[in-house]
Amino acid sequence: MNFVLIFLITIFSLSLFFYGRSKTKTISIEKNIKLNALPKFYGYYLVLWCSIPSLVFLLIWTLFEPVIIKSIIIETAANQGAIFNDKNEANLIYEKIKAIYAGTYFGDIDTILKESALSYAKFIILFTNSKIVLIFGIVIASVIYSLKKIKNNNKARDDVEVILKGLLFASSLIAILTTLGIIFSLLFESIKFFSVINIFDYLFGTNWSPQRAFVRDASAITAEEYEELKDAFGFIPLIAGTSFIAFIAMLVAVPVGLFSGIYMAEYASLKVRRISKPIIEILAGIPTVVYGFFAALTVGPFFRQIGENLGLTVSSESALAAGLIMGIMIIPYVSSLSDDVINSVPQSLRDGSYAVGATKSETIKKVVIPAALPGIIGSVLLAVSRAIGETMIVVMAAGLAANLTINPLESTTTITTQIVMILVGDQEFDSPKTQSAFALGLTLFIATLVLNYIAQRAVKKYREKYD
Amino acid sequence: MTKEERLKKRHSAEKRFRFYGLASIFLALLFVLILVHNIFSKGSSAFMKTAINVEVFFDQELLEIKNGASDDEILEADFFDITIESLIKVYPAKNVEEEDALIELFTTDAEIEIKRAFLENNNLIGKKINLEITASDDIDQLHKGNYPRDIPEDRRRISDFQLVIYDNLVENQKIIKNFNNYFFKNGDSRDPELAGIGGALIGSFYSIIICLLLAFPVAVLASIYLEEFAPKNKITDFIEININNLAAVPSIVYGLLALQILLATIQLPRSTPLVAGITLALMTLPRIIIPCRASLKAVPPSIREGALAVGASKFQSVFHHVVPLALPGTLSGTIIGLAQALGETAPLILIGMVAFVVDIPSTPIDPSSSLPVQVYLWSESAERGFVEKTSATIMMLLSFLIVMNFLAVYLRQKFEKRWN
Repeated sequence: MNFVLIFLITIFSLSLFFYGRSKTKTISIEKNIKLNALPKFYGYYLVLWCSIPSLVFLLIWTLFEPVIIKSIIIETAANQGAIFNDKNEANLIYEKIKAIYAGTYFGDIDTILKESALSYAKFIILFTNSKIVLIFGIVIASVIYSLKKIKNNNKARDDVEVILKGLLFASSLIAILTTLGIIFSLLFESIKFFSVINIFDYLFGTNWSPQRAFVRDASAITAEEYEELKDAFGFIPLIAGTSFIAFIAMLVAVPVGLFSGIYMAEYASLKVRRISKPIIEILAGIPTVVYGFFAALTVGPFFRQIGENLGLTVSSESALAAGLIMGIMIIPYVSSLSDDVINSVPQSLRDGSYAVGATKSETIKKVVIPAALPGIIGSVLLAVSRAIGETMIVVMAAGLAANLTINPLESTTTITTQIVMILVGDQEFDSPKTQSAFALGLTLFIATLVLNYIAQRAVKKYREKYD
Repeated sequence: MTKEERLKKRHSAEKRFRFYGLASIFLALLFVLILVHNIFSKGSSAFMKTAINVEVFFDQELLEIKNGASDDEILEADFFDITIESLIKVYPAKNVEEEDALIELFTTDAEIEIKRAFLENNNLIGKKINLEITASDDIDQLHKGNYPRDIPEDRRRISDFQLVIYDNLVENQKIIKNFNNYFFKNGDSRDPELAGIGGALIGSFYSIIICLLLAFPVAVLASIYLEEFAPKNKITDFIEININNLAAVPSIVYGLLALQILLATIQLPRSTPLVAGITLALMTLPRIIIPCRASLKAVPPSIREGALAVGASKFQSVFHHVVPLALPGTLSGTIIGLAQALGETAPLILIGMVAFVVDIPSTPIDPSSSLPVQVYLWSESAERGFVEKTSATIMMLLSFLIVMNFLAVYLRQKFEKRWN
């Protein structure tokens, strides 16, 4: 249906283009007046007026139609005596009604379901008809308005440009909408979660085991149940595991990345630089799931083998393996950012140092790096934020159980791993377990936002200093 | 310490420092090499499959179909007995257990393969032909040398008797290696020898196309606005801050966004390339806008002023002159953004693309997998055969990424104008 409508609107708009163009030409000849714009702009003007309002309306309608129909149908089903205790069951009944309507339901159909399916069919037809009528109305109204405008010889080029500028502005607003969407979707579930679990119990709890959390009725939790629940949603082991793995990653990435950045900025000939820089950047282009596979199937077992030979017990999902591989992934971020930062240290600083007899490495250590320090710290912080948000490596190579440990040979878990583990497979609606994933997501979002903000400020301040 | 000694010390410090730098570059390069070598050595064998040459006799009594039966009747017909009869003749078996062991050497789809051969050839009833039937995963891995045969029998999936048959088959040159068409054609399967990336390829293709169709126009329009038209005010600043932050938001957060808005609120179908494409588009948008703006910024103001001077409107100067000049940079930025989106896994897992999908999706609203998600799924499987399948999928994924990145570099170097 929608495709037919879009097709009709497109065809009609295109024919309006030719109509507008020739119409204004005849007007200018008949009345012997000078047009205020080239004839084609009158055509464009009609096209924009005909298509944009109706397409925007169609988009909004399509987005909200299923939601509205669903709430109406569930309500009518309830009025007819359908019984459902929570959102899950309501969804199930709605799916059944839809299946009956589509003719793909083969279970028993009782009267309530039958009636609801009939009213569902009724509403579908009603909504489709009113959609068509409204779209025709919108098209006709906007075409009449725009035709009147071009008959009055408006400044079509300027008007077209105003509309297009609005379109450009609307596209740039999508960034804001995405941010709002993220904040809304994270907050919405998190608020529900924090209405069950006290935020301080979440932030300072030392035990994380959401699979144990089972709630019979979220609206009436007894004090005993709460004690148990509180024990299942403690954030401390997750942040400890996340920072621990990120720390191991930084132990790998910072020295290797920084030294290669320094070498490329200060020592490497143009030829070496031209070859080695893209190769190091390959590391950033490899999908993280590939690193995860490598860590889980090669590095993890390899470390365990070494551990066995040395008489150590090494978990095959050790924090060390995940951290090491994550560090390798992050090397190019540190190296290319610090390369840039070091390159923008003014040459005069180096020349001054050479002039008093310092060697190249002394100049780098005592002059260039101190001068570039804010920028380098900024790039390291950006790398840290990437490390804590990284998902696939830790999902595949780190553990699932939340252990509070600082032994790199044991397994730990991270925020992102837990989000994935909770949300993979069948989810229960409205259970604190599902909601906790969104609370974790919110925490992660805030943490990376703060890190990025500080990092960008540091880099910007540093740039301003030497520009 | 004398002057000379001190100088010597300083010079050796210089050499050491330089060595550290060089060593770290080599270390990084070494990692790339190890990774690529590891994947390729594990994965390249997956492009071949092991098959066993079997003589099949289409006995009319067992088939219970008439001469000249239509295709539909053949599809309906039961080829099970024929399959079993043919397979157990590969090696003389003494009892039922040994016959079962023989049948286990072949894929579970042996019956379908025989039926397919029957359909492709006319009038095979009462005739004998030699067919290459795909071997089971265990035999496949054994033949490729990925399966150790010197461990005790109770820890092996292949019995001693099966090893004897295998050796006998090898001796009689009945075991062949063929191109693994299943790997490219089939969807996912629980049996490694039948599992393929056909579904994942199509799923990834649809997702990336939808991502391109949504993200590219919006990103270009948004960067044109921000670079060329936006007034310097608080709204513009706010948009810019938002774009920079969105580019740094972890990808899994986009998965949560898609779960809450696209699946729970708007109720788009789960596990589909449509939802994947929209999610990836939202994620890629800021990552495309940033290079797009850079390439617009690189066009010198004289171009705009020249157009304005001969009477073009602001719009005409931008769309007729600036945008075409910035297009190579814009396109290469878009391709790099799409390459990142192609390898993205975490948000797709959250929107349910981890579902086990056997069918190959025919439209973007069919449940589907995608290449990176297939890597994740198979890497969790215990069967040995999936290790090479996973590595081979990674090889496919990496080659797509390499092609896309080369295309991006080529576009930039070939068409981008340098302004000096």
